[in-house]
Amino acid sequence: MTVAAFTFYAFAVTTITGGLMTVLSRNPVHSVLWLILAFLSSAGLFVLLGAEFVAMLLIIVYVGAVAVLFLFVVMMLDVDFASLKAEMTKYMPLGLLIGVIILMQLALAFGVWGYDEAAQARVAAPTGDFPNTGALGLLLYDKYILLFQLAGLILLVAMIGAIVLTLRHRIDIKRQNIVAQMMRDPAKAMELKDVKPGQGL
Amino acid sequence: MIGLEHYLTVAAALFVIGVFGLFLNRKNVIIMLMSIELMLLAVNINMVAFSSFLGDLVGQVFTLFILTVAAAEAAIGLAILVCFFRVRGTIDVEDVNVMKG
Repeated sequence: MTVAAFTFYAFAVTTITGGLMTVLSRNPVHSVLWLILAFLSSAGLFVLLGAEFVAMLLIIVYVGAVAVLFLFVVMMLDVDFASLKAEMTKYMPLGLLIGVIILMQLALAFGVWGYDEAAQARVAAPTGDFPNTGALGLLLYDKYILLFQLAGLILLVAMIGAIVLTLRHRIDIKRQNIVAQMMRDPAKAMELKDVKPGQGL
Repeated sequence: MIGLEHYLTVAAALFVIGVFGLFLNRKNVIIMLMSIELMLLAVNINMVAFSSFLGDLVGQVFTLFILTVAAAEAAIGLAILVCFFRVRGTIDVEDVNVMKG
């Protein structure tokens, strides 16, 4: 077995184990950690495929942002997760049935799948002499600039939406009142007392 | 030698695990969101594998967009989840029946 094959099998087994344990784990915190393992090892698969930029992006975006967001929410919500897991065995047969059916469908599709003779001629953006990141940048900032901007818009909308959804004004806490702060003037804010010597106030 | 089929098999297995997780964790929305992330990851593996073996970079460009949408979806989903938890005090999906749908 060559090094490349060994690395592929190691990453593949780790990815699938991570995915399976994410689904089966009893503790949601463990689920998030298994999810991180699945993301990291699939980033390894991407490196094997020669897509270094996407692999690093997967680590930054998924492990650095999405998984941490999941972890944050799991730890913030005070939920009794044991009761949620109690009926897991009830859904096991249905889940297994549907999983096997989808797997068989994918296998059927895979059985009749083949390349079109003209497929190679339709390659839109060949991987040329550039390194992966440079070639991706040339493509993304040139041909797909509109989609790139729209992706940025999606992120903006998601950010505003998440803030609007979770923002709440609590009335029982002390907040900064900027208008009151700015309208404050020295005449009302302090009082000068003429203290006689030897008498005090 | 590792071919395209190996990667497609890994992606198919991961996708089925994601669907399986959706059905297995019918009560816990957080795990359901994680299952959706797993399915999107499987799609990404497919895209990058085809992109690499066909020598066409467009697949990787689309992987970037899928990644963007997945991140936005996770953020919005978790925000809705936090809102729901504040109102109802639980994240059980079967309690989401206020509109009697």
